[in-house]
Amino acid sequence: MVGEEVGVIRVVLPAHLRTLAQVDGEVRLEVDGAVTTAAVLDALEARYPTLKGTIRDRATGKRRGFVRFFACEEDLSHDPPDAPLPPEVVDGKEPFFVVGAMAGG
Amino acid sequence: MAGVRVLVGTRKGAFVLTADGKRERWEVDGPHFGGWELYHLKGSPVAPDRIWASQSTSWFGQLIQRSDDGGRTWEPVGNEFTYEGVPGTHQWYDGTPHPWEFARVWHLEPSLTDPDSIYAGVEDAALFHSADGGASWQELPGLREHGSGPAWQPGAGGMCLHTILQDPTDPARLFVAISAAGAFRSDDGAKTWKPINRGLQSEGIPDPDAEVGHCVHRIAMHPSNPDVLFMQKHWDVMRSDDGGESWREVSGNLPTDFGFPIDVHAHEPETIYVVPIKSDSEHYPPDGKLRVYRSRTGGDEWEALTEGLPQANCYVNVLRDAMAVDGLDPCGVYFGTTGGQVYASADAGDGWAPIVRDLPAVLSVEVQTLA
Repeated sequence: MVGEEVGVIRVVLPAHLRTLAQVDGEVRLEVDGAVTTAAVLDALEARYPTLKGTIRDRATGKRRGFVRFFACEEDLSHDPPDAPLPPEVVDGKEPFFVVGAMAGG
Repeated sequence: MAGVRVLVGTRKGAFVLTADGKRERWEVDGPHFGGWELYHLKGSPVAPDRIWASQSTSWFGQLIQRSDDGGRTWEPVGNEFTYEGVPGTHQWYDGTPHPWEFARVWHLEPSLTDPDSIYAGVEDAALFHSADGGASWQELPGLREHGSGPAWQPGAGGMCLHTILQDPTDPARLFVAISAAGAFRSDDGAKTWKPINRGLQSEGIPDPDAEVGHCVHRIAMHPSNPDVLFMQKHWDVMRSDDGGESWREVSGNLPTDFGFPIDVHAHEPETIYVVPIKSDSEHYPPDGKLRVYRSRTGGDEWEALTEGLPQANCYVNVLRDAMAVDGLDPCGVYFGTTGGQVYASADAGDGWAPIVRDLPAVLSVEVQTLA
């Protein structure tokens, strides 16, 4: 099963978080086990600890209100964090987008 | 030669302004953390090149940055602010119980003696401490667990702990202030706290002289006289001569006693500064004139300081953490506005000049006096 192997997941971060993590362009992550939003974010935070608390609330572990998750032209923000991500993301054909909501100044 | 470093937090980043002891020619460095809100930056009194910054946005939450080279480079440190135990509820704007939720760090107060020790005042109101330079933070829960906690309410800006004062003569003594709960004092190193609001009168609350519920905007102290506290309340400028046990109003001849910051001259413990604001519904100076008011008598008698400040068509605000003094002689006084100006006076307020005019809205101003 593809989901049980180590896959390379492409993640696109918003500009502020790229600056914070000191990365340019996409981030490529190896994710162990099932590729879910939670697993991708776990791997992202393990690689870049400075991102802890910026995407998911420190206290609750939930997605911050003004952060959205997109992939394959779908909004995955309201999917359960342990739901499998689309195969195109798992295969590395499509990136997983972390997006700062369009709101305010 | 002695110099000063002014740390400016704005709605869209941090700026570091430096000058020599004359305080005439300024270098402006920034923005650091462009696009983020910087509620406060402050340096360690014992290791001045160590500076902490509170960086946040509604999008990506709270970060704490630390510099060990005077603000040239920065590194994120710990940003986990977890309330001790089950935090319970405070009152919401409509009077209903509302769970305590961390929103942001309003104020950072480094220890007077230990460069690794720093306090943080947060929204929803609580006091945190780090003993490892900011790598980890622990709540000092005695304050939030003071029996009055369920009755605390947020001010318009949120229920924030915005003022932390350390008594330089007694490390166990701390003062804090919370909008809109009031002022509190600990005499045992933050284990237990007592409200110190006797004498405050707030007509916007059901019981005008209640133990808690007062919208204290700022407290200031001169280090040589830690029993004397000065307070800018929502309305009223107040003074205590007994460590907050009792307060009396010293608004005197101010054109309005609403305002946010209050500060004390570095060398004259009875010389204090405020910036009167028209009202709680009109957050700008009366008559469009930006005036700092100085009292050389510890309150009651005030003089307007206007030289170099706009005296027509000025409608900016000066927020509670946006005024500071340096330790040079003559004492320098600094403040920032919501219009993005940072004004400096190198002669204790007699004359003013802008260091910068067009920053984002200024949230905080601190000054370091460098040897």
